[in-house]
Amino acid sequence: MLKVENLRLILNGKSIINDLSLHVNNGEIHGILGENGTGKTTLAYLIMGVNNYKPTAGRITFEGKDIADLSVSQRAKKGISLAWQEPARIEGLTVRDYLKLSGNNFGIEQVKHCLRMVGLEPAQYLDRDIDNTLSGGERKRIELASLLAMHLKLAILDEPDSGIDIIALPLILNGIVEMSKQGSSVLLITHNEKVAEIAHRVSVLCAGKILKTGEPAEMSLWFKDNCRSCPHINEPVEEVEKL
Amino acid sequence: MISYSVEKEYQGMLDAYEKAGGDRSALLSKDVAKLVIHENKVLSANGVTGITIETKETETGVNIYFLVEEGVKIQRPVHLCFGVLPQEGLQEIILKVNAQDNSEVSVIAHCIFPNAVKVIHKMDAEIEIGNNAKFNYKETHYHGDFGGIEVIPKARIKVGKGGVWQSTFTLSQGLVGKLDYDFEVFCQEKGIAELIVKVYGKGHDDIKVWERIHLNGVGARGLAKSRLVLGDKARAEVKGETYGNAPYARGHVDCIELVNGKEAVARAIPIVEVTNEKAKVTHEAAIGSIDRRQIETLMARGLDENEAVDVIVRGILR
Repeated sequence: MLKVENLRLILNGKSIINDLSLHVNNGEIHGILGENGTGKTTLAYLIMGVNNYKPTAGRITFEGKDIADLSVSQRAKKGISLAWQEPARIEGLTVRDYLKLSGNNFGIEQVKHCLRMVGLEPAQYLDRDIDNTLSGGERKRIELASLLAMHLKLAILDEPDSGIDIIALPLILNGIVEMSKQGSSVLLITHNEKVAEIAHRVSVLCAGKILKTGEPAEMSLWFKDNCRSCPHINEPVEEVEKL
Repeated sequence: MISYSVEKEYQGMLDAYEKAGGDRSALLSKDVAKLVIHENKVLSANGVTGITIETKETETGVNIYFLVEEGVKIQRPVHLCFGVLPQEGLQEIILKVNAQDNSEVSVIAHCIFPNAVKVIHKMDAEIEIGNNAKFNYKETHYHGDFGGIEVIPKARIKVGKGGVWQSTFTLSQGLVGKLDYDFEVFCQEKGIAELIVKVYGKGHDDIKVWERIHLNGVGARGLAKSRLVLGDKARAEVKGETYGNAPYARGHVDCIELVNGKEAVARAIPIVEVTNEKAKVTHEAAIGSIDRRQIETLMARGLDENEAVDVIVRGILR
């Protein structure tokens, strides 16, 4: 489904993504586990094509085709989308309309269904704007609902758990699992090894490079033992490669 | 100048009113208070129990006296329709409003100038909102694509103790032309004032917005909010002023101007002043291009860039 090969990104002379390779299978939840500043969000932006990020080198292919030159909307039309770590607030755009346009003119019952899947009661949210009157957690759940509405081939979720309270977290995780059951592949970006455990496979990222890929439980443990107190965060790649 | 018969004028106004989003049936209903004015002619005027509408035609417009009686709560909105259908004309509206104590009313005004090439529309209003009275006023403009119109709405509003004034001025259809909006509110104890302006400037539109709120009574509250989108060579200056002059007065000035044209110019001048140590007034202003993250969020939902900008613009002017 998604294949990233030898991807590099150099920004202002600094290497952010370093020869990164990764593949995500059909229907797979693939966790990207890494501490802050290791290049997780940059990887998400490169795959989605946002923030004017273009690979310095390497290839990103989706269903066998190079997508590096496609616009954000063209990638979305191919079935790829991104839930930002801090979703944008848009004044005057209601939850109802946001989900409808995400679902390509969804009917209201489908909109309600997506909200319920992330634990939001439609009657309380449909007519609210996706602006700063929503809490961070509410906005993130609506973001997830909008991706559910899209019936994506690949959903990129950037830290879907950050800013989410412990009551809402299981609902978010449930929504992600549901997305996978619907047939979507999920690239689940997180720094929380507990969250990564819902993935089918997990890759550990450091200094813009995948260090290891494997079973979630094993990778979580490895991450906990090696990355939590690692002095190499944002260190040159050579240091990381010694791990 | 094109001449119109009264009947033709009325039908023309109804057609334009409907096209502008107005509810034609409301203007035809006898249960709804309404007033239809074309240039300086009153085509229809109807009060309902508790509301008196008196009019006097002048050479250049109409003088209006609008009374809402004490304690009366009007269930259905009052509909006002002002307009000039020919390409040229002058309409000067002198409006006096008296919403007596404990009354409640909503007024929807549609101002229609679909063919304006050289039209001036002026409104000069003196408005008194009684103690604990509530007055909601929504004014929506429908302009054509010629841009040959000058709109000069001015209002002085006095809000009594516990009274509420809420107004929304929207001009997002057609070219603005030249706008000089000037609303000033004086609030007594626990009075509330909310001024909202939404304008979409395009072409060579020249927009001036001046919102002033004086919080003179204990616990008075005010919001001066403006949302402008500017494309092409449109220019706008927004002055939002709020004065906290009494204990526990709370005010906020909130201005967003989105610039979506290479030669558009936006300026915001927020003034917040407090003359009482227990008052508090805040302001926020954001001027600039449409946020890239917002656009990309919508593009990541499958919209192309122009569609995404359109959704954001419509949202902010909603």
